[in-house]
Amino acid sequence: MSLVNIKIEGHPYQVEAGLTILEAAKRCGYEIPSLCTFNHGECNQGSCRVCLVEATGARGLVASCVYPVSEGMEIIISSPKAVQARRTSVELLLSNHSTDCQACPKNGKCELYYAAQITGARNVQKDGARTPATVDEISPSIVRDTSKCILCGRCIARCQNAHGLGVLGFENRGFNTIVGPAENRSFTDSPCILCGQCVSVCPTGALMEKSEIGKLDEAKRQGKYIVVQTAPAVRAALGEEFGMKIGTPVTGKMVAALHRLGFDKVYDTNFGADLTIMEEANELLLRMKNGGVLPMITSCSPGWVNYAEYYYGDQLDHLSSCKSPHEMFGAIVKSYYAEKNGLDPKNIFVVSIMPCTAKKFEKERDQLKNAEGLPDVDCVLTTRELGALIRRSGINFTKLPDEEFDQDLLGEYSGAGVIFGVTGGVMEAALRTAYHAVTGKEHELIKFEEVRGLEGIKEASIDMGGTTVNVAVAHGMKNAKVLMDEVRAGTSKYAFIEIMGCPGGCVAGGGQPYVKPCFLPNEDIDILDTYKQKRSAALYSEDERQTVRQSHNNTQIQQLYKDYLGEPCGHRAHELLHTTYAARERFN
Amino acid sequence: MARLNETAAKQIAEICDRYKNEPTPLMLILSDIQNEYGYIPLEVQELVSEKTGISVAEIYGVVTFYSYFSLKPKGKYVVGCCLGTACYVKGGGQVFDKFSEVLGIKGGETTPDGLFTLDALRCLGACGIAPAVSINGKVYPKVQVSDVPGIVDSYRNA
Repeated sequence: MSLVNIKIEGHPYQVEAGLTILEAAKRCGYEIPSLCTFNHGECNQGSCRVCLVEATGARGLVASCVYPVSEGMEIIISSPKAVQARRTSVELLLSNHSTDCQACPKNGKCELYYAAQITGARNVQKDGARTPATVDEISPSIVRDTSKCILCGRCIARCQNAHGLGVLGFENRGFNTIVGPAENRSFTDSPCILCGQCVSVCPTGALMEKSEIGKLDEAKRQGKYIVVQTAPAVRAALGEEFGMKIGTPVTGKMVAALHRLGFDKVYDTNFGADLTIMEEANELLLRMKNGGVLPMITSCSPGWVNYAEYYYGDQLDHLSSCKSPHEMFGAIVKSYYAEKNGLDPKNIFVVSIMPCTAKKFEKERDQLKNAEGLPDVDCVLTTRELGALIRRSGINFTKLPDEEFDQDLLGEYSGAGVIFGVTGGVMEAALRTAYHAVTGKEHELIKFEEVRGLEGIKEASIDMGGTTVNVAVAHGMKNAKVLMDEVRAGTSKYAFIEIMGCPGGCVAGGGQPYVKPCFLPNEDIDILDTYKQKRSAALYSEDERQTVRQSHNNTQIQQLYKDYLGEPCGHRAHELLHTTYAARERFN
Repeated sequence: MARLNETAAKQIAEICDRYKNEPTPLMLILSDIQNEYGYIPLEVQELVSEKTGISVAEIYGVVTFYSYFSLKPKGKYVVGCCLGTACYVKGGGQVFDKFSEVLGIKGGETTPDGLFTLDALRCLGACGIAPAVSINGKVYPKVQVSDVPGIVDSYRNA
């Protein structure tokens, strides 16, 4: 690694050669505003022109996000010329931008608004034409409003990086340029998997989750019996909505907040995760024993299921028929739980707090409704929406005491359920239970280190009482494609594969709090490299704190099978906990 | 969405194969398809995406960026009126409007009989003979508004 000597604002620094001015300045303690660049050049269009600085050796001002440092370079951020240029860039962006800021759901977290504030942008009410706008609210998951788009290209880069085949792109030319799926279609009519990764990088309100807080309010007005469940990954990130450090587990405060928000019952989706493991591990063993279709692939991630239905419609019998954990939970609430408590399932309203935008779509699938058309889950809120709900209700989150989930019938959960929220977690949880089912013993180590970590594709071979089982884990569709092409070619050597839609798994899902360094002054400057590990660590630590670490040792799960379901993968379990898939046209 | 018939799909695949050793084959492939079929609809873009591994979104972006590419079939005769700076100040705008009036279509549209498509062009590089009009590659120099009906008729009666 060679170093170069530069000066910023007259002060000498040594930095790595090859860095951009923006990146070098960041390491020296300067934050140059920028709207298009993101995550060390994951997106580097040089398009927003908000990061202009003066640099010796360059003609005029340079875009610091794409201009590399060189030996002896002197960089001036604060000169009147540079300050004025940055302000003008923001003003020009604002001149073709929706100005309804107070009504925008991104209010308070908008990077454009922030850039306007720190550059002192004014005089934005310029008369003149605006690019014709498209508002796509058709999809249940994501809203796209091009009147708020600044054409930075971050969403395009993220979609491509995470999934290989991006569905978003620039369309048309010049003043008419917009970002969207081909033909400016709705996300619903294009092969978008609705993962929400684009939402998590958008600097403005152009891409947002579709809020369902109104639905919850309506259910309250109707006096429904409201049961809320929270996905494992939510507790690892919710604190960030209230200024807590990334990676702070907030399970107790989250439960306390939910108890104060008027829910009749507060449960953990981890119970559903334990149930999923009971079904999925047994499904795997049945497939292995009876010569069923292998490899079997997990079906917890609705983003991945969408991808499989769009791109691997001929391989759907590899997917486990298990519903995802929150859907299983919903199905059990509206059957077993309703029966035990003498409730009418039609009067129960199940709310899932999820780190995910694709779950909003998933709950509306016809395959996830019972014979009377009653959905397992009625409403899905993202972690961010829960944050908004808590703020709206005047609850001071950081001052809350720690409280416990409700414990009756569906309250217990194992450490195996907790780690569902991180890539490799479902695999590890399933292995703990499958190992026990085959050998009658608990696996000595409990931990399966090979399937942990953020590598794109992980594999392991597990000895189960004499037979070796090969497994693999992938996250992000770019990695999933590698394994799926092997499956299609018939060359896959695995018996069991875990696939998660979002890179890193649910902890980095599209519904999680935004990780935007400009709003996180107290985090390390490499937070974009480390936040996934930090959130994952929060979940692994909760697993370690649990006394019960395996799904099959969850006594309420055992009770549920004894009282109601019978055998795992038995008749009743099939009716309530399993589902089907159907190939879909990519552009219908 | 409408599916391509087998022959067309085979031909598109053949065009893609022509450039399989090119590092950036997209423009070459799209140019050939545009030349041979006159337009590049979404189902063709899907096929190109499958063959090249380039996303449909990106292909659609390229097709809508360059005015040379078209999403809809073009007419037998493509009338391109230059509206570059030189042609514009020499009356290219009026010439364009006259074509629009005579043909009964707006820029980018095709007549119902499939005979004419009207396009506005940005500089043919023929500023010395402004205003210039190009019809299927043949360039008409110093076109006057009054010339337009005659030019159209010469193609109608061809």
